[in-house]
Amino acid sequence: MKVRSHITQNEDLLFEMSSPGKKGYQLPALDVPEVDPRAALGAANVRKDIDGFPEVSEVEVIRHFTRLSTWNYAIDLGLYPLGSCTMKYNPRVNELVARLDGLAWAHPYQPESLSQGAMKIIVQLEDALAEISGMDAVTIEPAAGAHGELTGILLIRALLEKRGNPRKKILIPDSAHGTNPATAAIAGYEVENIRSNAAGGIDLEVLAKAMSKDVAGLMVTNPNTLGVFEESIVNAAAIVHAKGGLVYMDGANMNALVGIARPGDFGVDVMHINLHKTFSTPHGGGGPGGGPVAVKKILEPFLPAPRIRRGGRNLKFDYKRSKSIGKVRAFYGNFGVMVRALAYILAHGGEGLRNATVDAVLNANYIRKKLEPYFDLPYKAPNMHEVVFSDDRQAKLGVRTGDIAKRLIDYGFHPYTVSFPLIVHGALMIEPTETESLREIDVFVESMISIAREIETDPQLVLSAPHSTRTSKVDEVTAARKPILRWRPPAAVQG
Amino acid sequence: MRYLPKSPSERRQMIEACGLDSADQLFEHLPPEVRLNRPLNLAPGISEYEIVEYFRGRAAECATGYAAFLGAGVYSHFRPVLVDTVVSRGEFLTSYTPYQAEIAQGTLTTIFEFQTMICQLTGMDVANASMYDGSTAVPEAAMMAVRVTKRSGVAVSRALHPEYRAVLNTYAKNQGMPVVEFGYDGDSGAANLEELERSITADTAAVIVQSPNFFGVVENVKAAAEIAHRHGALLIFVFAEAVSLGLLEPPVDADIVAGELQSFAIPPSFGGPFAGIMATKERFIRQMPGRLVGETKDSRGNRAFCLTLSTREQHIRREKATSNICTNQALIALMATVYLSIYGKEGLRELALQNLSKAHYLAGKVKPRFSGPFFNEFVAECGGRAPEAVNKALLKKRIVGGLPLDRFYPELAGSVLLCATEMTKREHMDALAQEMAPQ
Repeated sequence: MKVRSHITQNEDLLFEMSSPGKKGYQLPALDVPEVDPRAALGAANVRKDIDGFPEVSEVEVIRHFTRLSTWNYAIDLGLYPLGSCTMKYNPRVNELVARLDGLAWAHPYQPESLSQGAMKIIVQLEDALAEISGMDAVTIEPAAGAHGELTGILLIRALLEKRGNPRKKILIPDSAHGTNPATAAIAGYEVENIRSNAAGGIDLEVLAKAMSKDVAGLMVTNPNTLGVFEESIVNAAAIVHAKGGLVYMDGANMNALVGIARPGDFGVDVMHINLHKTFSTPHGGGGPGGGPVAVKKILEPFLPAPRIRRGGRNLKFDYKRSKSIGKVRAFYGNFGVMVRALAYILAHGGEGLRNATVDAVLNANYIRKKLEPYFDLPYKAPNMHEVVFSDDRQAKLGVRTGDIAKRLIDYGFHPYTVSFPLIVHGALMIEPTETESLREIDVFVESMISIAREIETDPQLVLSAPHSTRTSKVDEVTAARKPILRWRPPAAVQG
Repeated sequence: MRYLPKSPSERRQMIEACGLDSADQLFEHLPPEVRLNRPLNLAPGISEYEIVEYFRGRAAECATGYAAFLGAGVYSHFRPVLVDTVVSRGEFLTSYTPYQAEIAQGTLTTIFEFQTMICQLTGMDVANASMYDGSTAVPEAAMMAVRVTKRSGVAVSRALHPEYRAVLNTYAKNQGMPVVEFGYDGDSGAANLEELERSITADTAAVIVQSPNFFGVVENVKAAAEIAHRHGALLIFVFAEAVSLGLLEPPVDADIVAGELQSFAIPPSFGGPFAGIMATKERFIRQMPGRLVGETKDSRGNRAFCLTLSTREQHIRREKATSNICTNQALIALMATVYLSIYGKEGLRELALQNLSKAHYLAGKVKPRFSGPFFNEFVAECGGRAPEAVNKALLKKRIVGGLPLDRFYPELAGSVLLCATEMTKREHMDALAQEMAPQ
């Protein structure tokens, strides 16, 4: 159907608005003779038309993507309380500096003498992250958080191999992010899930029992996914270290710690940092990210190549690293993301970073205080940058966390993280970050309270949400049952 | 701090609402031994003006205003203005992975278009929403082939990008995945398929070839696929120069395609962020890693899109997932989507043709070392001089010469890899030729 009664019309896909001969480009005239591709490449190597490929004009391109953009929610529109994802403001100066010609057009293989500025940025970011995390060395090569996890676990494996036995297992608390067990498996380890204690934290007894000479290490998230600082982390690390294992920390929740506590000071041997969370680089609808890995001295020899060697008049790439785990990504990682993260760090400085952490934790505690009368708080320990409620009270009236999330959309907010961590039944995981004003938070709180009341008076209203969106509830079941993963011309569909 | 939107009195009000006297009390429950009792040793925060000045300074210490002949997996193609216009929209830039389909149709629709265009370009049935980059897409493809075939090893062409091979090896050695390399033909520069035939075994899950390969040479994909399939292995086709797909036959004989999209309006940016792709045949969907967007309807019957088949992924399957990948490269993939919509069917072909023509003009002046057909890159010798000396002389003319190959291929010492794109000017090619092969 072409038309509809809504302020935003239906938008055709690029392929549907295509018409032969429409153009959105013009190339400069060739200053060399044109080559016959069949002669140069061999006739068999030359393709025919790219079947179905769009042919549209420049005006249609900008309208198409601008219209589509308005169908997205974004940080620029308001609070985005996705727990664990740290959806904070993305400063625009970061975008500007990442696009400076000398940086955006730097080729990774251009001579080192013409790359010094880019290399300085890497070195400065590594140093800042080492100071913030309390670690001795940082590699910026991993492309995202899960990629950093993989790098970190490979570093542990490399060290243990050097010591004679890579061991077999990685211990992972049942509250961990799904990437942790997936990573351990890809790094060639068996996963042993360890049960959390009654407070949702690491159970030292369970840990001590599970820890053996077969265990390479513990993957821990601190603050954990309940937003609670693991107060026994020092003892937990001691248990792991006593049996020759190492402690890996998932840095997803680092926004609770910057300037307050440093993983390197509480027993962590290796961790990743999400530049797209803690250090404000844009999530971009799912990437790019940046997952630098910070390590203690014992792991430094194993870091991916190249390292940047300092000391001389110029910075130099050092590829001669015999103990390195090898490369985890081509070139030097997501440099453009590093530029943005460093701009964020420079804007704050040491004190500013700490103040940001304080506000992030204050915002989460304020929300907890305001919503505690309305939603069940299964774990009562003091929380840091995020707070996890359960839908226990609302579920008794037939409304679950996923329904509340959809209703929150009607109030103009992106939902919190739904049904995670798994140790909380029906979790509502809320992380406001520091870049929210009191007014924005108050409106969010009022919205949540209003929904809690609706559930008591008119649950159906909540169950059938969202009502105010351009796209109503999406049928995800059919999408999975009969996957349509690409557009095809109508004739092909009928045929 | 200007990114913290609270007045002192508002902060006070919130602290009081929490029942506290000061914000520091929020951290009193932390054990004293873990608390940092000093300020971070970082310089004080600076203004926006100073930030711009700082990075301008660093940018000025990098190459600007040079003509460059570097390719090798990172290509200089013109970036149409609309690309940054679109990706700078806050609604794309500052949104998260589109889990909440009702308020993420913008991102979801563009990913669906992206998946479709990748299928059209590669001749595959399905493509995912993107991978980190080409180098990490290769081991993900290899691991997928292992799952599909239940075999353990892979055979890799030595003409696959050396950094891609390095990344593959890092993943492989911890997966118990034997990697055997087969060489290239010293005359043509193409993968040596006779050597492939000798190295492939009953335990080979996949054969991995790149085309155009690292030397710029177009491979005989059909023949490589035939050998792989005859031995019950899959063929993984890799590309690093995506513009070549505008002119070259799509790899329809491959089973998995893994590639790098940097050429599609993604700035070189000292090596990243880029976007990788993975595409495959319908029957292998369930073994494919990464996010997938599917078409469906909303409750009012309107067309809608959502993430789908997530039972393959880490947040559901945990240690049994097809990959640990979580974040992908959505915004970078959007750059490519906008780029492809601007160039379209005819434009991409015309663009590829210009690349081909420029490189062949250059090859008329600086003789290629290999005889195989090439797209926009080729290997050349420096007339007996050391590549470093030639490149040093070129820098004086504000030209960055080709990549010396001894670093990756000791047997090719004395040779460089040269690349020409639509942005390479004839006068610079003439100047390069003057230095490399004086008439």
